[in-house]
Amino acid sequence: MAHEAVIRIEGLTRTYTTGSTAVQALRGVDLQVMRGEMLAIMGASGSGKSTLMNLLGCLDSPTSGNYWLDGVRVDGLGRNQLAEIRNTRIGFVFQGFNLLSRTSALDNVELPLLYSHRGLKVDRRQVALEALRSVGLADRVDHEPSELSGGQQQRVAIARALVMQPAILLADEPTGNLDSRTSLEVMALFQDLNAKGVTILLVTHEHDIAECATRVVELRDGHILRDEPVTPRRDAARQLALLPEIGA
Amino acid sequence: MKTLLLVRIAVRSILKNKMRTLLTMLGIIIGVAAVIVMVAVGQGARLQIQQRIDKLGSNLVVVTPGASRSGGVNMGAGSSNRLTLDDYEALKRESMWLSSISPMIVAPAHVVGGSGNWRVAVMGVSTDYSRIRSWNVSSGRHFDETEERAMRKVAVLGQTVVDNLFPEGDPVGQTIQLRDVPFEIVGVLERKGQTAEGRDMDDVILAPWTTVRTRLAGRMYIPQILGSTDSKADIPAAQQEMKAILRESHGLASYDEDDFTLKNQSELAETAQGATEVMTMLLAAIAGISLLVGGIGIMNIMLVSVTERTREIGIRMAIGARGRDVMVQFLIESIVMSLIGGALGVAAGFGGAALLEKLSGWGTVITPQLVALALGFSATVGIFFGFYPARKAAALDPIQALRHE
Repeated sequence: MAHEAVIRIEGLTRTYTTGSTAVQALRGVDLQVMRGEMLAIMGASGSGKSTLMNLLGCLDSPTSGNYWLDGVRVDGLGRNQLAEIRNTRIGFVFQGFNLLSRTSALDNVELPLLYSHRGLKVDRRQVALEALRSVGLADRVDHEPSELSGGQQQRVAIARALVMQPAILLADEPTGNLDSRTSLEVMALFQDLNAKGVTILLVTHEHDIAECATRVVELRDGHILRDEPVTPRRDAARQLALLPEIGA
Repeated sequence: MKTLLLVRIAVRSILKNKMRTLLTMLGIIIGVAAVIVMVAVGQGARLQIQQRIDKLGSNLVVVTPGASRSGGVNMGAGSSNRLTLDDYEALKRESMWLSSISPMIVAPAHVVGGSGNWRVAVMGVSTDYSRIRSWNVSSGRHFDETEERAMRKVAVLGQTVVDNLFPEGDPVGQTIQLRDVPFEIVGVLERKGQTAEGRDMDDVILAPWTTVRTRLAGRMYIPQILGSTDSKADIPAAQQEMKAILRESHGLASYDEDDFTLKNQSELAETAQGATEVMTMLLAAIAGISLLVGGIGIMNIMLVSVTERTREIGIRMAIGARGRDVMVQFLIESIVMSLIGGALGVAAGFGGAALLEKLSGWGTVITPQLVALALGFSATVGIFFGFYPARKAAALDPIQALRHE
C-alpha cells in the first residue's frame, strides 16, 4: 500500500467573514498526498497557503469540501475530535519553533504524550528520548530552549512532532527563522526522515527549499496554479558537505 | 488516569513561576490565617464563658421574682417581690424532682472583725447551697443541718472577705460581728472568681437562712430560690413541677400569668453562647472577606496568566490538548495554589493564634473542623475564581493563540 493517499481533499473552500465582507481564501482545492511523499507548497502571501496549512493541520474547519486524513474523514468534526486528530495523526513544525519556554527539551518532546491515551501505556521519557536521539539531540535533553541555537530548537520541535509517530509531518516555513546553513541542516534532516518513510508537507516561499521536496504545489488566489514533481531533487546533505566548515 | 497527567502539567507550570505563585498564594495565606485566628479567638471566648457558667453549679434551676401588674401597667421583671420563704418551704416539702434546694436571703450588712470592717452581702442559705453551686470550703467546714435547725450564729466567709479582714491568715474559729451580732467563723470558701458580668463572687458571707431570718434585724430580700436535680434530663420535669407548686402557693387563678420566673442553666448558657456566637460570626465574616479578596487576587493572576500564556495555550492545543485539557490544567493550577496557600495559611493561623494568646492572654481554640473548613473554603475559592480564567483559556482559538505575540 505504498501509494495510498495520506491526504485527500476535494473542492476545499474557506471563506472568512468579517462583518459584511467575505474573503475567499481558498476557492476549491483538490489535492492528494501519497504516503512517503515530501510535498512543498509555495505561493505568495495572500495566496491561501497558510489557510490550506491550517485546514490540513485540523486547526481550522473548511467552509465546504471534503478532507480525508489517513483514510478518516475529518471535515465536520468537533473541536475535541480535531484535537485528538492533531495529537495522534499530525506532527507540527512551526516557523517560530513554538517550544514551551523554561521547559527542558525532553519535557517539550514529551508534551504530546501527556495529552494522549497512548502516553499512559508507554514509558514517556524513553519514547521522548528516542525521538530526540533520532534528530541528533541526545546530548541536549536537559537544555531549555533559551540554551539552544535556532537549528537545535527546530530539531527539538521536529522531535516533538515525530514523537507520536503521526501520519504526516506538517511544517510551516520551517526554515523561515534560520540562516542558510542551518536551513540546509534542517532540510537534510527532513530528507533523511522522508527517506525513512515519513510523509512531509511543508510550506515555504524559498525555491531552493522547495527543491528539496519530491513535488511542488504552487497556490495563487486560492487555486492550485501548478502541481509538478521536482527534478532534479536537491540533496541538502550533500550541499551541506560542500559548504566550507565554519572557522576552518 | 489522564487527570493525573494534567495534574503533573499544572504542577510543572506552577513551579516554573515560583515568585508569581508565592505572591498569588499570599492572599489566600493571609485570608485563611485570618479566618483561623479570628474563629479561634471567638471559640476561645466561648469556652471561657462555658466554663464560667459551669462554675455556677450543675443542673441548676433558679426561681426569681416575676413581673407585677398594677392596673394594666406591667412593672417589669423583679417588680413583684412575692418570692417568700413559704415558697421555699412549699418547694422543699412537695417537689419530687429536686434533689437539693436552697433559698437565698440577702441581707447587706456591715461586718466588723479581724483587722477592720467591710461591707458585704450576707446570704442566708440552706445546707444544700454548697452542693447546688458546687462550692467547697478551702478550710474549716460548711454549717450543718443541726446548726441550720438551731439557728446557730455560724458563718462561712468568701475569699475576698477573708483577704480584707484577715490578711494574716486562716480565720476559722474567730468571731465577727454582723449587724452587731457575733458569728463564729466555721469555714472559708474556695475562690470562685468573677461572674461573666464582672461581679466578685467571693465577696460574700454564707450563714444558715434560719439564722439570717431571725437574728439579723433590718432590710433583707429574697432574690432567688435555687434548686438542682440529679441529672440534666430531669430539669424540664422539675421546672414543670416547680411551676405548679409555686402557682398554688401564690394562689394564682388559671388565667393569671406567672409572677415568678424559672430559669435553668442551659438557658443562661444559651444566652451567653448566643452573644459569643454572634461575635464569632462577625469575626469570621471579616476574615472571610479577606479570603474572598485573596480569591479575587488568584483570579486576577490567572486571567493575566491566560493572556500571557496565550501562545503556550496555542502550542498545547496544536499538539493535541483539548479545550477541556487546557481548562482542567488552569483549574488545577488555581486549586493547587489555593490549597497550598490554604495549608500555609493554616500553619500561619496556628502560629498567629499562639502568638495572640501569649501576647494578650486570650484563650484560643482551634478545632479540626475549623481547619477542615478553612481548607475547604480555600479550595472552593480556587475552583470558583479559577473557573472563569480557565474557561477563557479553553475557549481560545488555536490559530489565533498561536499567532499571539
